[in-house]
Amino acid sequence: MKKNPISLHIDPDEFAPATSEEKESLVIMRESVSFWKDGFRRLFRNKIAVVSLAVIILIVIFAYFLPAFWPYSYEQQIQGSENLAPFKYSTAEQARIDAGEKVFPHVCGTDKLGRDFAVRLMMGTRISLTVGLVCAALVLLVGSLFGAIAGFAGGWIDNIMMRFTDILYTIPDILLIIILAMVLRDPLKTLATVKGFQWMQTVGPNLIAIFIVFVLLYWVGMARITRSQVLVLKESEYVTAARAMGAGNGRIIRKHLLTNCIGTLIVTTTLQIPSAIFTESYLSFLGLGVAAPMPSLGSLATDAVKGMNTFPHLLLFPAIFISVTILVFNLFGDGLRDAFDPKLKN
Amino acid sequence: MKEKLLEIKDERLSFFTPAGEVKALNGVSFSLEEGEVLGIVGESGSGKSVTAYSIMGLTAFPGKLIGGTIRFNGHQVDQMTEKDFRKMRGNEVSIIFQDPMTSLNPVYTIGNQIEEVIKLHTNKTAAEAHDRARELLELVGINEPEKRLRQYPHELSGGMRQRVMIAIALACEPKLLIADEPTTALDVTIQAQILELMQELREKLGMSIIMITHDLGVVASMCERIAVMYAGHIVEYGTTDEIFYHPSHEYTKGLIKSIPQLNAQEIERLVPIEGQPVDLMNPPAGCPFAPRCDSCMKICLSKMPPETVLSDTHYTRCWLRQKEAMEKGAGTDE
Amino acid sequence: MLKYAVKRVAMGLLSIFIVATLTFFLMNMVPGGPFVAEKSISQEAQAALAAKYGLDKPIMQRYATYMTDFLKGDMGVSLRQRGRTVSGIIFSKFPVSARLAGIAVLIALLLGIPLGCLSAYNRGKLADNTIIVFTTCGIAIPSFISSVLLLYFFGSKLNILPTVGLNSLASYIMPVTALAIYPTAYITRLMRSSLLDVMGQDYIRTAKAKGLANFKIIFKHALRNAVLPVITYVGPMLAGLMTGSFVVEKIFTIPGLGREFVSSIVNRDYTMVMGTTIILATLIITANVIVDILYKVIDPRINLK
Repeated sequence: MKKNPISLHIDPDEFAPATSEEKESLVIMRESVSFWKDGFRRLFRNKIAVVSLAVIILIVIFAYFLPAFWPYSYEQQIQGSENLAPFKYSTAEQARIDAGEKVFPHVCGTDKLGRDFAVRLMMGTRISLTVGLVCAALVLLVGSLFGAIAGFAGGWIDNIMMRFTDILYTIPDILLIIILAMVLRDPLKTLATVKGFQWMQTVGPNLIAIFIVFVLLYWVGMARITRSQVLVLKESEYVTAARAMGAGNGRIIRKHLLTNCIGTLIVTTTLQIPSAIFTESYLSFLGLGVAAPMPSLGSLATDAVKGMNTFPHLLLFPAIFISVTILVFNLFGDGLRDAFDPKLKN
Repeated sequence: MKEKLLEIKDERLSFFTPAGEVKALNGVSFSLEEGEVLGIVGESGSGKSVTAYSIMGLTAFPGKLIGGTIRFNGHQVDQMTEKDFRKMRGNEVSIIFQDPMTSLNPVYTIGNQIEEVIKLHTNKTAAEAHDRARELLELVGINEPEKRLRQYPHELSGGMRQRVMIAIALACEPKLLIADEPTTALDVTIQAQILELMQELREKLGMSIIMITHDLGVVASMCERIAVMYAGHIVEYGTTDEIFYHPSHEYTKGLIKSIPQLNAQEIERLVPIEGQPVDLMNPPAGCPFAPRCDSCMKICLSKMPPETVLSDTHYTRCWLRQKEAMEKGAGTDE
Repeated sequence: MLKYAVKRVAMGLLSIFIVATLTFFLMNMVPGGPFVAEKSISQEAQAALAAKYGLDKPIMQRYATYMTDFLKGDMGVSLRQRGRTVSGIIFSKFPVSARLAGIAVLIALLLGIPLGCLSAYNRGKLADNTIIVFTTCGIAIPSFISSVLLLYFFGSKLNILPTVGLNSLASYIMPVTALAIYPTAYITRLMRSSLLDVMGQDYIRTAKAKGLANFKIIFKHALRNAVLPVITYVGPMLAGLMTGSFVVEKIFTIPGLGREFVSSIVNRDYTMVMGTTIILATLIITANVIVDILYKVIDPRINLK
């Protein structure tokens, strides 16, 4: 029998029984991490998602904060400064500069009415973002409520509710949406002048029409996702186990269903934002989006189409802004999905 | 001495995941004679499947062999390219997987999937391959083979599908058959049938088998030798009798104690092994089983035990046995 | 199988009916009829026109008349394009749009599927990353933006492609490109993720263990399973192309059905709106029904249920 060479160097004490503390000190258990902590860790390790989030934050600052500090306003028509290229001054402004005055440059030029285009871009981005965010929130509210009710109720209620969505799902909604966008405009404008509905004036009846249209367009998808999540969870063993241990409905909903659905819901909602922005710009192009003087990125681009050969920057800036906004929201949504809801990946 | 069919020496293999290096195999050595049946036993993540897959070059990305040698049937497997592996797979060495429900392609007929491997490794014509496929189905005990060949996997039961998988594996009469938990996903009665079939086929065809399982009952009935794996190490290796009647590693003892016994004299309690397996991302310096071991000593926590040879066919890696061997050795020191 | 097909067709018919009904009532909710915009026409003349087209009757009666006429195959006459029947206009415009969409579908499939495979096959390598970057951008750019940008660069700046109509082969390039970008990018991504998913399946491991070469594994074992999700995308893709055609036909002044639909809405041409909406909806719904039934035929597993 070959003798093991290392045995020569072993101190007999080493063969003493180890205490349980010593044993435990050896077990390097990976810390148990919560769903959120784990998800965020994965999210922040994803470079693309982090960069997208940074860009989203920049866009939000650009859209919601920068206009307040900008020396021009989005409706302000500067006489004599029509159709300036970026960083160019009108003769009047040049004269003021020559006189030693400071004139804030038109970073993105001006449009044909002499409005500073940079601030119009900011406002356009603000409207587009608002459309995206509010629509996503409303869709979440309506869709998940409908889906959750159907999923929980089960039986014939579920059956009727889901037949309803099945039929809606097969309808090419964009046709009806375009018609509806048209139909809603005037009645809402009239409604906004009625007492009690004047708050609509501050939001803009137009924008409200867009919200309604979008909720109608997108809620079905969200309802279906929520329902299927609720059904899966309702059948899952841990919910049965919780029920067996006497947990009430409220506790089950809060503790189990909500925490398990929420990943999916957040991801779906985030991915809803870019598609709403996408559709709004599309409707704007058809002349059915947000109305003048309030600009959205889509309407800015649309307005610039006619003069694009002479003033291409008026087209390129909003075009790039729409695409980049949709892009970063898509990428961030993908990152969220990978981090919080890998099973949703198709 | 005649060359062994399979000889693995000090195999080290790691998975390079984004989170870090997972050390799946930490120096695994064993060999297999022609016609021998070896069982590899261990819990999930102990490295038993990885060891077997590496023989066929099937270790999935990001797994990488980082040390040791593997010789199989005259090939230096650790030096082989993907092209060499392709010639060997399905031909000299085959594998049956755990889940027959998902291991067959749903959109092709059974016949297509069996004939495919025959046509690939032999010069048989389509008609000959078809005949061979029918013959194989008969061999694995499937009735109405002609009809089955035209059916799709979803039309067959789980046990039947596993028989088809076995037929595919045996199509080119391999020298070595790897069975990766072939019965785990099946009903108990079907399990017995499949094991019986494998036993029978082995007698008929005389190939070697590596049986990977966490079910000690399966290895007891089929295998001549058993390797017990824990955290990427073979912690005990011996003949079936040695493992069952003289288990020497505390982990093996634990495993055997956790089998329910029908002929127990009195009401015995099953003894589970307490604790969790180690984190292979940061394996401990000492014996990986130490934190769960009741007889753990100080040395177990700091040094990996060496191989303690108990007989020509039996060795273990445990400080308790090493200590005994040294005490014995001290008396009769040369 | 037959039962499923019948059920699916019945549901399709119901959907078409719902679209028709909703469109009818929505359209009639808009204040101001089709003749209001024409300032040259006096109040009396407007009333006379309305009477001529039956617009002065109660809405339910008009609805009933329209639906019965429709079932007889009569979609009425256009209110704005005097003297032309709705079906006549649709028949003359539809082939134009169908040709555009057809070419776009072919491009999307013939480019998207191979690109997706290429991307999956080279996962993590340069080719994959390049494809991912382009497709990610491709699904982020609305079709009107890409149309307008194409028009600007190739039509005006470089002046190498015709910008109006569909009179030559070259004039197809820009509208088809604008229409095909989104579905191509989408199919590429779909194909990539589906192929990667399939490549992780157990039966691919089996194929590998048989000793099959990589290309054989992909082409025989993976592709046929991986292409199934793309088939389900055909329905949404057609709907998307229809949506895209509304703007693309407008931008490139193409006399197609999409442009007709949009202008009929803006002009309140009730009968045209009804006609185009029903025809477009029927097309999309029919495509969806066919795809659903086809899917069951292709995948042997689904027959079981």
